[in-house]
Amino acid sequence: MTDKNKDLIDQKLQDLNNDGIDRRGFLKCMAWAGTGLVWTMSGGIPTSRAFAKTAHRSGGNGADFTFVQISDSHIGFSKPANPDVTATLQTAINKINAMPHKPDFIIHTGDLSQLSKPSEFDTLDQVLKGASAKQVYFVPGEHDMLSDNGEQYLQRYGKGTKGSGWYSFDNKGVHFVGLVNVANLKAGGMGSLGHEQLEWLEDDLEGRSASTPIVLFAHIPLWTIYPDWGWGTDDSEQALSYVKRFGSVTVLNGHIHQIMQKVEGRVSFHTAMSTAFPQPAPGTAPSAGPMKVPADQLQRVLGITDVNYLVSGRSLAVVDSPLGNSGSSASENEGAPLAVIGSSKG
Amino acid sequence: MKNNNVWIASFTASVIIAIALLVAGSPSVTASDQPSAASAAVNIDNFVFGPQTITVPVGATVTWTNKDDIPHTSVSTDGVFKSKVLDTDEKFSYKFEKAGTYPYYCTIHPKMTGKVVVQ
Repeated sequence: MTDKNKDLIDQKLQDLNNDGIDRRGFLKCMAWAGTGLVWTMSGGIPTSRAFAKTAHRSGGNGADFTFVQISDSHIGFSKPANPDVTATLQTAINKINAMPHKPDFIIHTGDLSQLSKPSEFDTLDQVLKGASAKQVYFVPGEHDMLSDNGEQYLQRYGKGTKGSGWYSFDNKGVHFVGLVNVANLKAGGMGSLGHEQLEWLEDDLEGRSASTPIVLFAHIPLWTIYPDWGWGTDDSEQALSYVKRFGSVTVLNGHIHQIMQKVEGRVSFHTAMSTAFPQPAPGTAPSAGPMKVPADQLQRVLGITDVNYLVSGRSLAVVDSPLGNSGSSASENEGAPLAVIGSSKG
Repeated sequence: MKNNNVWIASFTASVIIAIALLVAGSPSVTASDQPSAASAAVNIDNFVFGPQTITVPVGATVTWTNKDDIPHTSVSTDGVFKSKVLDTDEKFSYKFEKAGTYPYYCTIHPKMTGKVVVQ
């Protein structure tokens, strides 16, 4: 399976008479996303290798690891778009547990709850207890800040964090920074990091070697996707200026309930699907609210994100998978495209 | 006799002036005003306050109703009023006792803004 994938990719790469991959061919490529392909830019030429089974083949390289991003579980939401968000979260956890490799930890990029209610957080904790990865890192979404500036959230998930819940940690040489851009939001504005947090971030990154892979995670996208719907962060430019010097930066966000990706230099941006309900693509609906899809398609528009870190290329490969697959025929929502993550060689 | 007339005249004049001042000073005497139970409604739907700008008389009560399938809030940018989180079908009311312009927004989705003009 692995070799067959590789051969087909090589064919595509060498097929210079390609009129542009036709839709079926494109969709076939997408179907491979579930196996996990790593694309790295090496001297400007994309090369690929299948990694799903090989991630731990290099036994000597113990620093390779994976983690999973989930987002927007919205526990407590109960409307036509998804009457049982707890069940779909459980499906996501089951999917994580079924992975051949156990992730080092899970990152939840916010909107844990729908209304910041204690019962909602309790239910979330209950479901997460059943995950193979016991360590879960959180950042709050705007829905988690609804009780007195996020007091409920901070009490439960804010240990060791600063301000409205920001913090950083290291895992096997990769530096992770959890940012909060959903506090003290100004009228008419989008997400906001705030002066205090930006100062802390600058300090936190100072002195770190530029070859340290950096992962920033926050709820609202740290790049401007669609201002009319608030999909962006007013002061993210400053934050991004602090990470410019690093060789590999990955930004993981949620909030928009769909996958969007962008690569800018050595910074890769990625937003995750929700485990609760999808939202419309920018400008395609009157508002950004929950989008109802036919019941049999719900599992395909919800998903998780598997991130694999390979020490050899100092690269992170981001692979999105929907909660459910459609079977043999590929469709537009089948297996999301994967991100190209730069290596540390500039 | 003459003094009495003068006294009555000036007393009457004072009273008239006083009434005139009272009437002028009160902003509530307009043709469209209802004596005490003025109210207005703002609907929240599709991430929008509708109408976005609403004009009401002093003493009116504005009631926000969330018809969206997502929670919202209605919070004055100047700290004048602050709703709790409104889930679908929940309401928040505020009585505007003073004339003025009151911009507000949804603290959860800050791109949603509105204005109450009280005059």
